[in-house]
Amino acid sequence: MNSVVCISQVPDTESRIKIAGDGRRVDETGLKFIVSPYDEFALEEAIRLKEKSAGDVTVISFGPDRVQQALRECLARGATKALHIKGESADADSLGIAKVLAAAIKTIPHDLVFFGKQGVGSDNSLVGPMVAELLGYPQVNVVTHLEVGDGKLTAHREIEAAEEIIEAPLPAVITAQKGLNEPRYASLKGIMAAKKIAIDTKSVADLGLADSDVFNTRVTFVSLELPAEKTGGRKFDGADPAAAAQEIIKYIRDEAKAL
Amino acid sequence: MPGVLVFCEVQDGKLKKTSREALTIGNKLAQAAGGDLVAFATDASVAADAGRYGAKKLYVAKLDAYGTETFTAAVKQVADDVKPAVLLLGGTSNGRDLAPRLAARLDVGVASDVDRLEWKDGKVRARRPMYGGKAFATIDISGTPAIATTRPNAFPAEETGGGAAEVVEVNASSESKAKLIDTKAPEAGELSIAEADIIVSGGRGLKEAQNFSFVRDLAHAIGGAVGASRATVDAGWIDHQHQVGQTGRVVSPNLYIAAGVSGAIQHLAGMSSSKHIVAINKDPEAPIFRVADLGIVGDLFTILPALTEEVKKAKAH
Repeated sequence: MNSVVCISQVPDTESRIKIAGDGRRVDETGLKFIVSPYDEFALEEAIRLKEKSAGDVTVISFGPDRVQQALRECLARGATKALHIKGESADADSLGIAKVLAAAIKTIPHDLVFFGKQGVGSDNSLVGPMVAELLGYPQVNVVTHLEVGDGKLTAHREIEAAEEIIEAPLPAVITAQKGLNEPRYASLKGIMAAKKIAIDTKSVADLGLADSDVFNTRVTFVSLELPAEKTGGRKFDGADPAAAAQEIIKYIRDEAKAL
Repeated sequence: MPGVLVFCEVQDGKLKKTSREALTIGNKLAQAAGGDLVAFATDASVAADAGRYGAKKLYVAKLDAYGTETFTAAVKQVADDVKPAVLLLGGTSNGRDLAPRLAARLDVGVASDVDRLEWKDGKVRARRPMYGGKAFATIDISGTPAIATTRPNAFPAEETGGGAAEVVEVNASSESKAKLIDTKAPEAGELSIAEADIIVSGGRGLKEAQNFSFVRDLAHAIGGAVGASRATVDAGWIDHQHQVGQTGRVVSPNLYIAAGVSGAIQHLAGMSSSKHIVAINKDPEAPIFRVADLGIVGDLFTILPALTEEVKKAKAH
């Protein structure tokens, strides 16, 4: 069983977001970057499949040089190969990123392609299904449970307050949801072993793609703004529960008009 | 003519709320461009409903349950026929599953989870949250059609007084590699936070898993969904699909009641665009009070039951 796991590197979810001078991007100064949290579930699932049936887990990331750190982290957890596609992914739209990843995936033997259900930060939830379409594969999105065997998979897909059980032949694209598994931490042994693995690098051109089909096309980033700062509203002393309940009811009825 | 096509979903014989919202903003875009609003659905019985929200035509493909591959083929077929300038999908599980697949097949740009849409210099300009709501991006989508998924509750549905949409049958048949084997139905009374008008959320202040009953009781009484902070999900008190925030769902209901939620930065980002926010917390310095319109400093274990009783009384009238 060979898997490819596509990784995006994102600002730590605890970080405050500042806008860069151009008014269109995030100011990366002092920002801590992490492997996108949903990608961790994707990676863990691929590693578990490999541990059951051998094969490779190749992690891929498209982005600037800093993404090598994310790939290194994935190798330390148990991925066996890594590919860094160099490029300013912030200038590419989701379909541009998907085209780059799909082209790269074609060069790697695989039965399954994993993504997180969304890149935490850009929050698009687009690239996984786009890659599935470009490769002509079935997809199961927002997966909370996965079984693989006999050339097919059975996956639980989370939908609004319910779950679908979907069967699909391999190869296929899976996007991972929290709950799929409990991701491991990197062990010291893993970290040492990862240092010996060379990260392969490629450019967009190496993959046979034109910059004009990847960067600054289809979607134009106009501006990035912080939401209006809230100052907080009325405070009420809730020492008397009945009075507090009355105060809330009045608010819900008269202002929210939800009763 | 630069028209708009809206992918509609049907539930219990009616258009889903998110579909009505997508039709509403779709109608505004179509009118501004002097084009028609048309809709896609798999059930002709919603023709009157679609017309009420401005659709002139309803393209109906008789397909069974949702499947990515069959629905992509059917909507693509209608898009090829109608050649809309804009294709909108409500931001449901299925809408978010289908939009990227369609965009890749049509080789066009797409914007996810948008809360504003307008024309700007002949392009569709969209605003969407990023970083779990910590920032908002404005983007222009070029290409025909420009695709967007609409954020639930961002575009209040408005009836236009239009007559029933003209039904156009679509002969769509395609193979699907993926097959739906089973659906585990939702538990009775469980609403999804993604689309709910009202959310009652619990945080670490609940102290233990079983105390989520305080939150559930109020949610059921008021007709809302149960939300949760990341800490409570990580502690295993409640399932992840209830999680609000950057690694859960970004939500914007009409009413958000937070009980025992201190307000970590990633939780605040995920709910502060709610229209009305009530917070109950015993710590007067809790960050949640910064975004609350009404902040109650007090004990949730006595206030929530009192509130639940008051809501029941009010509902009984």
